[in-house]
Amino acid sequence: MTKTFTNARLINPETGSDAIGSVTIDGGVITALNGAEVGEVLDCGGKCLAPGIVDIGVKIGEPGERHKESFRSAGAAAAAGGVTTMVIRPDTTPAVDTPETLEFVIRRAGQTAPVNVHSMAALTKGREGREMVEIGFLLDAGAVAFTDCDHVTANPKVFSRALTYARSLGALVIAHPQEPTLSKGAAVTSGKFASLRGLPAVSPMAERMGLERDLALVEMTGARYHADSLSAATALPVLERAKAAGVDVTAGVNIHHLTLNELDVGDYRTFFKVKPPLRSEDDRMALVEAVATGLIDIISSMHTPQDEESKRLPFEEAASGAVALETLLPAALRLVHAGAIDLPTLWRALSLNPAKRLGLPGGRLAEGAPADLVLFDPDAPFVLDRFALRSKSKNTPFDGARMQGRVIGTWVAGTSVFGGENA
Amino acid sequence: MTFRQRHLLGIEPLHPEEIKTVLDLADSYADLNRSATKRSDVLKGLTQINMFFENSTRTQASFEIAGKRLGADVMNMAMQASSIKKGETLIDTALTLNAMHPDLLVVRHPHSGAVNLLAEKVNCAVLNAGDGRHEHPTQALLDALTIRREKGRLHRLTIAICGDIAHSRVARSNLILLGKMENRVRLVGPPTLMPSQIDQFGVEVYDDMEEGLKDADVVMMLRLQRERMDGGFIPSEREYYHRFGLDAAKLAHAKDDAIVMHPGPMNRGVEIDGTIADDINRSVIQEQVEMGVAVRMAAMDLLTRNLRAGAEPESVLV
Repeated sequence: MTKTFTNARLINPETGSDAIGSVTIDGGVITALNGAEVGEVLDCGGKCLAPGIVDIGVKIGEPGERHKESFRSAGAAAAAGGVTTMVIRPDTTPAVDTPETLEFVIRRAGQTAPVNVHSMAALTKGREGREMVEIGFLLDAGAVAFTDCDHVTANPKVFSRALTYARSLGALVIAHPQEPTLSKGAAVTSGKFASLRGLPAVSPMAERMGLERDLALVEMTGARYHADSLSAATALPVLERAKAAGVDVTAGVNIHHLTLNELDVGDYRTFFKVKPPLRSEDDRMALVEAVATGLIDIISSMHTPQDEESKRLPFEEAASGAVALETLLPAALRLVHAGAIDLPTLWRALSLNPAKRLGLPGGRLAEGAPADLVLFDPDAPFVLDRFALRSKSKNTPFDGARMQGRVIGTWVAGTSVFGGENA
Repeated sequence: MTFRQRHLLGIEPLHPEEIKTVLDLADSYADLNRSATKRSDVLKGLTQINMFFENSTRTQASFEIAGKRLGADVMNMAMQASSIKKGETLIDTALTLNAMHPDLLVVRHPHSGAVNLLAEKVNCAVLNAGDGRHEHPTQALLDALTIRREKGRLHRLTIAICGDIAHSRVARSNLILLGKMENRVRLVGPPTLMPSQIDQFGVEVYDDMEEGLKDADVVMMLRLQRERMDGGFIPSEREYYHRFGLDAAKLAHAKDDAIVMHPGPMNRGVEIDGTIADDINRSVIQEQVEMGVAVRMAAMDLLTRNLRAGAEPESVLV
């Protein structure tokens, strides 16, 4: 069905433009920008129309923890949050480490999620860091990247062999860099706050050490590598040097590390316990700057659903992670409202870069690109109520927070999956 | 005289005036404890439950005696042996006990912040008897009372806290309290046993005992928490004793009338020389234990006054 979105503020991450225009879609793809008004006409009222968000860090509770999140609930949260493509993590129970489990999650996703879903696979069996998975079979079955998530492949020999094997197949390897013996047991970042609260802590230097090791092995093997969940300012010069040297590396940051700092933990609030732990305000500002300059390529939600029981525990014992599919967009807009970044640059990190790095078709506002779109009002204020979230788990650190930016409508391949009809 | 707290979770939330209120009342309880009767009935009819999720003999006994001297019905629960072994969460345990309508809950827990979490879920007054590496407020208050009685004041003193600062909730509560009362606080110990960025707490940090003890009015030794050492903080006990153990030669750098304190239990020959610990002219370790009962009586008395005054403890003037 042909549709034209008119009077829209088009956010184009590829060209960097931010101007009023129109988008025409037909057959699930964008057929024209600023073309003639054809088909059904939707007046966007001057609100922002952008490519849907491509979120590369989503944990779903399937298999293993469906009481925390299902494809249906996560899909609804994604649609409401303007996320049109979820790239899901393999850190499930059991891990997605065989073609069979991968086929299961892809089938489940196709049945119930209203948005595009792609799956990553584990890099090593059981994410245990001992033997590499069947990278070839998993690629054939549709894996878009290989990662053990927050489990670091501690043995450099195992990691370098996995990188070498992945390179031969052109597979992307994603890691959350960390020196695991230093960060073992840590709940917060070391420093004055950690000392005052008496919590086990890790220095941000552990992240730099992990990144330096990974990059040395990537340089040695020539693999395609994405350093995800960066959180420490001290790691950024290392990344910059590797990029300048032409290493095939990209980097990602989680939304919470761009919008919160360690002091937000306050009086042992476990909804602020994430991994890596929240850092200092200096780190946060350095990360925002790195996103603005493009040193950090990708922002993801690192959506990690946890039920109340896993969080209502003493801080050290409580589970890590926060849900963020639905809050990613308004949280990211905080950076825009703070004047740190403009919308097209932000959308580079939210849609264009992740799609490019994972070889996915979305993320662009161009003729021939999929009609995956989000229409949003960047200024609409609201107070977040965690119980209004569509995720099964309500563990957001933004409960009660004042936010700006609401999704008006979301379309996947031209089909409305959220709101939109009254736009 | 004011004391506006609903719980005693730490020293951090206390105003200096509130600290003074506790100490003044504890002074009178110290006198009572030395009298023949040793009894009061201010907690008569009230129920005190001691929940210790971590082993403790001394602190638990001190709280028990304090409650009994004030007439409370005291119950001890050894939590390691009970329902947490069956998988019950801390909050469920708290709610279960809360349903029995206690008036005072005394809690020790191995995790920092666990007592704060528990206090959110119950209606009674909660006293923190030590949570992880966070706070141990009654220990800091009893140390303050001991210092005030020995030195005649609790301000403008030079106080050296020595040893395993990193793993010590006693050190945290003490440095906060002594700082609030405007003393000069020094922390002395090997850098591997110092919390990160501790220098930002308004304290002076030393890794040499002789420098750290120079002209000190009070030398507070900490237990070397051997059970918490998962390896490699210090080369050996004997090197630790040589460099950081308190002996006569090191103590000679402090003021001539400096007092020596230790929260106990002591490792003689590890952090403190036995003869110094037993020197009645320098060591106030036994008095600390005595003041512990008095301070706990005072704290429980004040908290239950606020509890009785109803849901708005802020409005209560003692």
